[in-house]
Amino acid sequence: MASFKPTKIPVYPKLGEKVTQDTLYWKNYKAPVQIKEFGAVTNIDISPVAPHNYAVTAFTRIHIYGPFSQEPVKTFTRFKDTAYCGRFRSDGQLLVAGCEDSVVRLFDVGGKVALRMFKGHTKAVHVTDFTSDRYQILTGSDDYTCRLWDIPNATELTTYQEHTDYIRCGVTSKLNRDLFFTGSYDHTLKLFDARVDKCVMTMDHGQPVESLLLYPSEGLLVSAGGRHVKVWDLLKGGQPLVWLRNHHKTVTCLCLSSSGQRLLSASLDRHVKVYNTTNYKVVHNFDYAASILSLALAPDDESIMVGMTNGILSVKHRKSPEGSKEVQQQRRRPSYRVFVKGKNYTPKQDDYLVSKPVKQHLAKYDKQLKKFNVSKALDTALETWTRHRKPEITVAVIKELDRRGTLKNALAGRDEQGVSRLLHFFIGNLVNPRFAPVLVTAAEMILDIYQSVIGQSPVVDRQLLRLQDLLEREIDYQQDLLEVLGMLDTMFATCLPRKEVPCSGISRSNGLTQEEASSSRPQLQAT
Amino acid sequence: MVEEGDIRVVHRGGSRLTFREPVVSRDSRFLLCASGESVRVFGTSTEECIHQLRGHTDLVTGVLLRPSNHLQVYSCSADGTVRLWDFTDGILIKTYVIGCPIYSIYGSSNHDDVIFLVTPRLSDKRSELFQLVAVHLPQSGDQLMETRDVSAVLDDVSINPATIAFGRGGEYIASAQGLQLQVYFFKKQKSYRFFLKEDNKKGSKNTFTCVTCHPKEDCIATGHEDGKIRLWRNFNHKKEYTYSTFHWHHSAVSSLRFTPEGTNLLSGGVESVLVQWRYNQESERDFLPRLGAAITHIAVSPDGSLFCTSHADNKITIIRSCVEVSAVIQGLVKGDRVRTDLVVDPRSKALVLNGKPGHLQFYSLQRDKLLFNLDIVQQEHIHESGLQQFEVVKAAFDSSGNWLATVEERQQEDTELNLKLWAFDEQTQSFVLNTTISAPHEARITAMCFCCAADSRTTMLVSTSKDGHFKAWQQTTAAADPDDEGPSWLCDFVGAYHGLVPDRCCFSADGSLLAVSFQEVVTVWSPASWELLTTLSQPPGAIRDLCFGRLSCSKYLLGTTTKNLLCCWNLLTCSLEWSTAMDVSLLLADPVSENMAAFCCQAGFTDLFVFKPCEPRPLFSHKAVCSGKVTHAVFVPREETQESCEESSQWLNSSQLHFLTHNMDLMTFTTKAEDERLMASSQQLVIDDSVAMTPFHLLLGKHRQEPTEPVSSRSAERTPLLQGSLAIKELLQTPAHVLPATSFLCSMFVESLLVSVTEPREDTQAEEEMESEKEEEDSDEEMEPGTLRPARSGLDSLAVVEHVAPPPTKVQLKELRRVKKLDYSWFSSVLDR
Repeated sequence: MASFKPTKIPVYPKLGEKVTQDTLYWKNYKAPVQIKEFGAVTNIDISPVAPHNYAVTAFTRIHIYGPFSQEPVKTFTRFKDTAYCGRFRSDGQLLVAGCEDSVVRLFDVGGKVALRMFKGHTKAVHVTDFTSDRYQILTGSDDYTCRLWDIPNATELTTYQEHTDYIRCGVTSKLNRDLFFTGSYDHTLKLFDARVDKCVMTMDHGQPVESLLLYPSEGLLVSAGGRHVKVWDLLKGGQPLVWLRNHHKTVTCLCLSSSGQRLLSASLDRHVKVYNTTNYKVVHNFDYAASILSLALAPDDESIMVGMTNGILSVKHRKSPEGSKEVQQQRRRPSYRVFVKGKNYTPKQDDYLVSKPVKQHLAKYDKQLKKFNVSKALDTALETWTRHRKPEITVAVIKELDRRGTLKNALAGRDEQGVSRLLHFFIGNLVNPRFAPVLVTAAEMILDIYQSVIGQSPVVDRQLLRLQDLLEREIDYQQDLLEVLGMLDTMFATCLPRKEVPCSGISRSNGLTQEEASSSRPQLQAT
Repeated sequence: MVEEGDIRVVHRGGSRLTFREPVVSRDSRFLLCASGESVRVFGTSTEECIHQLRGHTDLVTGVLLRPSNHLQVYSCSADGTVRLWDFTDGILIKTYVIGCPIYSIYGSSNHDDVIFLVTPRLSDKRSELFQLVAVHLPQSGDQLMETRDVSAVLDDVSINPATIAFGRGGEYIASAQGLQLQVYFFKKQKSYRFFLKEDNKKGSKNTFTCVTCHPKEDCIATGHEDGKIRLWRNFNHKKEYTYSTFHWHHSAVSSLRFTPEGTNLLSGGVESVLVQWRYNQESERDFLPRLGAAITHIAVSPDGSLFCTSHADNKITIIRSCVEVSAVIQGLVKGDRVRTDLVVDPRSKALVLNGKPGHLQFYSLQRDKLLFNLDIVQQEHIHESGLQQFEVVKAAFDSSGNWLATVEERQQEDTELNLKLWAFDEQTQSFVLNTTISAPHEARITAMCFCCAADSRTTMLVSTSKDGHFKAWQQTTAAADPDDEGPSWLCDFVGAYHGLVPDRCCFSADGSLLAVSFQEVVTVWSPASWELLTTLSQPPGAIRDLCFGRLSCSKYLLGTTTKNLLCCWNLLTCSLEWSTAMDVSLLLADPVSENMAAFCCQAGFTDLFVFKPCEPRPLFSHKAVCSGKVTHAVFVPREETQESCEESSQWLNSSQLHFLTHNMDLMTFTTKAEDERLMASSQQLVIDDSVAMTPFHLLLGKHRQEPTEPVSSRSAERTPLLQGSLAIKELLQTPAHVLPATSFLCSMFVESLLVSVTEPREDTQAEEEMESEKEEEDSDEEMEPGTLRPARSGLDSLAVVEHVAPPPTKVQLKELRRVKKLDYSWFSSVLDR
């Protein structure tokens, strides 16, 4: 005599991205704080000294925010036109910014009026930076020149006229006070040495260069331009190392995580991608509402600041680790003695042992199924928690009832509330391809059973209309998908070599996940 | 059947155990059941088959314990004979020839030496009408007897044996047929008939399905088509009869039995629930649910301690009266058809096929025993007629037996399919579910095979389906992640060819080629790169079977077509090597040699050809193996290879060919040498009858034997004495193999010659026992080996009686005294006469 076999609940593999350490790390941020600026946020720079205020350049102003403030702690408004590239000096005391009116201004972080004004460029200055000796300023401008300025004298030291297009990015070496890189819309990156009067290294990016990033070791340079990000090995004389093609619009900003293990790139396609710097694979992806112009990471990855074209600055702070501690506070469990009570009793020689039959534990719906109470079994499976959290249990019970040929009996004889609960479940899960075959049968049965009373309950009628709407949309969707599939088929067919063999690589990618095989159309046919 | 040399077609086990109700012996130690052309005796506690009573030449249709001797059993058969057996020793005692087919047998203790048989009505030869006849068995010593004393008791009875039952003490007999219940009283020689209406208002059927009578009271219980049970009382009046109705079963009641004291009524049906009703308190019921399959018969042991239920899946369940299952005797389950082909498990060499609904059965051919059932579907089976159930339709093992792939399907508007992959677990020694692929194909799967390369690290499975695709499933190696739970299976490739439906697939022996047949085209693929290598075609006619040659013939690919063509392609030249016009219904390759077997259907009979693809002449051919078409066969590798040098039987050296005929008989081919070997081994195993041969028994059986023997001698004493001359005749006529050793017989024989009135044959052994006992009592005699002693004493006594005249010496006197003492008991018996 076999025991009752409980209903099999299929285990579905989790679809979507796999949970890795990276996703856990990068998902561990709070909901973003949104700050509205006056115009597109073109640059964000974090002060290198604590408390790590950050300067946000947007339209004609530069705001300085504290690490957790939503209001600016300081504002620089003395710009005649759009300001560009507000950057802190390495001691956090001075801030330099370019402007559309070609004047470069130097501010004291404490003051309001510019300490120095550097005039000499003839067009807008998009690039400003301090050299590592802290006494010079590098600027790059739309007049194709980049210049070095002396801060104390406010005089121009050198001018380099090597680029043939706008200079839109530049970075100074943190280790050597004489070296700096510039990237230009003439597709080139150039390395300059202040001790000689021309560039010492030129690399061709292939597209207008938008952003540059130097690794802390300064052996690798990352450039972003067009849709691509390239990594250059400087020690090998500017040899391209990796070519990352993960964005589908212009990449605007680059950033390194605090550990230097992850590289972040932001793009006009509204994504921020996180790469592993050992194999340069994308390990995580952030989505934003608008095209991203600027990106910054606070020290220790405490927060991610993103500036967008619609003037919104989005700041995400890392979740505090003490949140998980609260969960562990639970009610006191019964003591150890309760569990071992009677367990360690050794029977004496003439004791008669009464063996207790092992009781089979069954779920609630299984108990009802065992008694052939089909309606009750469906009711238990439709309980709110099960229905919402584990819809696969509900679907499995419906399937089991269908297999027993009693699904009609179980569905029939329900009141308005019962029917609307069922319909609500169907509306939520009918288009799930895993549940659709089972639920479609059940939905048809419901229509058959209750067609005579349709129109008597406004609640049920509204739900039926919603269901119909859902189905229509799903049908359209499927039709579109089939069209795409047809297009793909033709494309693959034309891609095939003349030899009459199917291409194995494509059909391999059609592999199905474990324990789940959606019926897949053949990609190829040997013709 | 012997035609070709010494190779014979023989039945190999798996006969039906549940054709008729099983019978439990009075001491509840043995269970007897009709099984094909023999009666099998099982031990109720050990579940082992102890004896097989062979002798009938047709289906055995009934087994009945002899009411006057509980160690003997009658069996009746469709061959028109009733045989009396001693089932503890497995000896045929008598054969009664009735002369017409018998369909069931009944008897009661009230009617000594009368048995009741259901036979076709003699007057008209139409087979639809049957009668119950009483047969007086003639008393004579002959082994074979014609019976003439046949008298009809009831006309027009049902062929169903459950519809006739004897009433209290055999006073009356109840028989149901259609909507009519007939009760015949033997004393009054009068019968009463009761009729039910054809249909009551609800439309349920009232047809009788079974009848049983209360052992102590005048009460008849009847089961009906609609699941009702009626208890009839007061039926010795035409008008004033009463009945009460009880209803639990939702389908027809197939069997009803009262317990021997009449306190409980047992009923069973298709629900596979044994229901126990309290007599007179019918609202109280006990249930024993989930017995596995529909109950066809219920039997109760005479002491009421055991119940037996026969099930539709060829299973007998033995239930202790406290309603718990104590033993299960399971035969080979034969459904209406074998959906999975015959498959051999490479590990256990067991035959694997679908058995119980949703299960795969592993059947040991060597031991003719069901090893276990593997639950494939893993769902609660709902016993309801007309319900579409999941069925196992395909099964395949990989070459090492580590993986089992099964396909289950449920017929609906659209077929529901599941492909399951099972891994062999060394610890539990059984298969454990590894991966379930729901809806692997859009339509029914037509064939499935594993890549048979032995050395590959990962395994590959190919399935072909009616949806026009074949899919390759690849085992993923255990992933690098430590939290991953071992290997699983993924779809590796989906292939199609011109939108044709693939039908068969086959891997070459080294796993480097895959052949898939698409109707009349055979496509050959390379599994390594999934390149289509070549296509082979031989129209007209779609490919029916496909297999690669092995070993030295591995360059050949053989295929059979529906247009009666057997083709052999050479894969090196990609051309047809040879073809021949044969209607091959089944083609299969021996996994351990290059031999191929082809079953050809010709004029209603099936012929077998065994050949090598490289040789033009068949190795062996056998005309008319069986009638009908053979669609399932398998080569089973032998555990030890035989050395037969005859050319025609060499193909049986390393493997054995088993096949299923169209009426589901499992047959095989054996050589004469093998038969002899089997006979020799069975003679070696002469062992005590009542207990199954277990190692434990071999160890302790000797000690157990001694106390039982005096008991048997006492019981033998009671049997009536026969004439001495008869005994001698019997001694000479009895087959040598049932006689005791000659050293025993010698003394008895001489004694029987000596005295005019001799002991009966049956007594001789008992006599001998008593002699030896008395000898042991004699104090002044030394103990001597028991085997020598009786012979000597017998001879001595002969000498003494013949030479009585000379004066006896002291020694002789002593001897004489001892002899007198010895023969005392039978002298007294002589004097009594």
